[in-house]
Amino acid sequence: MKHLLSISDLDRAEIEDLLTLAAEFSSVLERDIPKVPTLRGRTIATVFFEASTRTRLSFERAAKALSADVMSFAPGTSSVTKGESLKDTVLTLEATGADLFVVRHESVGAAARVAGWVNGPVINGGDGAHQHPTQALLDALTLRQRFGKLDGLKVGIVGDIANSRVARSNIDAFTKLGAQVELIAPSPLLPVDLSAFPVTVSGSLEDSLPHLDVVYLLRVQIERGSGPILPSLAEYGLRFGMNRQRLQMLPADAVVMHPGPINRGVEITADVADDPRSLVLDQVQNGVSTRMAVIFRLLGAS
Amino acid sequence: MNSELAIRNGTVLTADGVAEIDLFVKDGRIASIGGDHDSHTTIDANGAWVGPGLVDLHCHLREPGEEWKEDIASGSAAAAAGGFTALVAMPNTKPAIDSGHLACFITERGRQVGLCQIATAGAITMARDGKALSHLDELWEAGVRIFTDDGASVADAGLLRLAMEYLAERGAVVAQHAEDQGLSLGGQMHEGAISSLLGLRGIPALAEELVVARDLALARLTGVRYHVQHISSRGTLDLISDARAQGLPVTSEVTPHHLAFDDERVMALDPAFKMYPPLRAASDREALVAGLSDGSIDVVATDHAPHAPFETEVTFAEAPRGVIGLESAASAVMTACSLPIETFFARMSISPAQIAQLENQGRRVATGILANLVVFDPERTWTPDRFRSRSENSPFRGEALRGMVLATIYEGRVTHSLVKS
Ligand SMILES: [Zn+2]
Repeated sequence: MKHLLSISDLDRAEIEDLLTLAAEFSSVLERDIPKVPTLRGRTIATVFFEASTRTRLSFERAAKALSADVMSFAPGTSSVTKGESLKDTVLTLEATGADLFVVRHESVGAAARVAGWVNGPVINGGDGAHQHPTQALLDALTLRQRFGKLDGLKVGIVGDIANSRVARSNIDAFTKLGAQVELIAPSPLLPVDLSAFPVTVSGSLEDSLPHLDVVYLLRVQIERGSGPILPSLAEYGLRFGMNRQRLQMLPADAVVMHPGPINRGVEITADVADDPRSLVLDQVQNGVSTRMAVIFRLLGAS
Repeated sequence: MNSELAIRNGTVLTADGVAEIDLFVKDGRIASIGGDHDSHTTIDANGAWVGPGLVDLHCHLREPGEEWKEDIASGSAAAAAGGFTALVAMPNTKPAIDSGHLACFITERGRQVGLCQIATAGAITMARDGKALSHLDELWEAGVRIFTDDGASVADAGLLRLAMEYLAERGAVVAQHAEDQGLSLGGQMHEGAISSLLGLRGIPALAEELVVARDLALARLTGVRYHVQHISSRGTLDLISDARAQGLPVTSEVTPHHLAFDDERVMALDPAFKMYPPLRAASDREALVAGLSDGSIDVVATDHAPHAPFETEVTFAEAPRGVIGLESAASAVMTACSLPIETFFARMSISPAQIAQLENQGRRVATGILANLVVFDPERTWTPDRFRSRSENSPFRGEALRGMVLATIYEGRVTHSLVKS
């Protein structure tokens, strides 16, 4: 593995290797000194053209737990706001000593583009509505911890699939690990052509709930670059939001997930978010160990 | 006779059919077909096709206003290398070509450079902002014969009707870049399986078809000569074919890249495959190739759209729309469509010259006509890697192409040659 740009770059064995390594790092993070000296002297650059404090902090925590140094680059704190290009930014960071790049950008293919410009490995930290592979890996790890394996699990992904990089990477990762994925959304929020996706589709959350092991709720935003995509968030919440009553329609051992940040009351009500069947905090914790595993695999060999 | 230039051993598209015969040029004109004469310069065509110089109905030369991408001199050099002896520049320069003096500036700069004939299209609306008619009469008097707001559609049907009525009287062509702004808003590529997989916002074929359907109704009302620029979908071709079957004076053009590629090529997210209209599905591409071969599509036009490297070294979504095409057009068309000699020259020279009303262009070889010629080897293979254009945003870089321009002659002068002695 030279870069991690898309789940499509990984086969099942490679995904499972990363999950196993991530599980080992999870136990490191539970020690008194949650740190290994593995990457001392190496430098991780986080290049976040699109703001995301949560994801950036998760990567930086992962880097520091591996004893790597961190260079953090984000609009508002750098010349990016003055119009410096993505290319100039990453070339400057590489010249300054960055060994690995974590790239988050609103444009599809941004991380892949960076991989063509720099010598070091690149991790896609989210590119437009395309891919967010470390999210998919941490979600897979969370499910593996809960269920032992993903084979045969029925996962419903609910919400704005069309504009979601989380959905695209999770569909690929979950199905590669043997799960069945159902997309649950009103049709304007589904990709126009699903022929390349190994999924089933449902227009009704309530119809789907009784046969799901996992309800994965995506963050929904009313505005996307080119204008409104929903009549209103309130209407969406009524049809596709997860509430106490719908939680009871799930099988007893089913779980609820969300990549965060949550619009409480829209995708998920407060009591559901805080229910024992919600894995939201496990997801956050697994974010750090999963990113440690990815960084380690990309830099550890050399 | 002492001729200036002899083209020997060519397979020549003459007024009387295709013949293997020598040509002699004197005082810029075809002085003799056949016979044997002395010549100052000789081009050995070695069996290659010799016919009227290629004519591009649709290119962006970026002058005035964006000369870092291209200018009339560098664009003319690229044209000569691609076998072209005439170009119709699009009016979406800065400022837009919406007045007579601006049109004169373009043609005069072309004359100064002297590598090919530079005609210009005129804008339909002032500053191409879709609000008020441009100086249509003035542009006509300055020699403009094709009117378009290329880069955008004229969205206002009332305004377009008015332009069509004026221009129908003159015998000018109204050409449309068909793009419904609402349907294409934010779109990056063809809307389909690939855009869904990539998470890129799609541009449905309907964005083109809707505008063409409306315009055909207006063309029927006004009787204007209507030309659809860079068609991309099977549906658009069907609309045009139906209108032609009903006798409407409607023509269309297709670009080499829409003949060569489909939306699969966008998977790699290389900005050299980003353009409007977008590369569409394989079935659309097949329909376009068939349409060009059978004559339902009249013309190949390059939509040569240079953008500088610093503008394309960005992500796919941020990259500007458009790719260069003058230097690879003839080869790309032969590779994608394998046209016979008559069809090749009909689509790439004779029909575009007729639509643009360029009287010294697109003429089958005959004694006395101005020597605007191309020597094209339909078999020789090559791979584009460097360009005379100031920009390099080509989807054909690194593609093995069949068919190669060996020489270009503009008004009797050799403007490009790989085979001169
Ligand atoms: Zn156009």
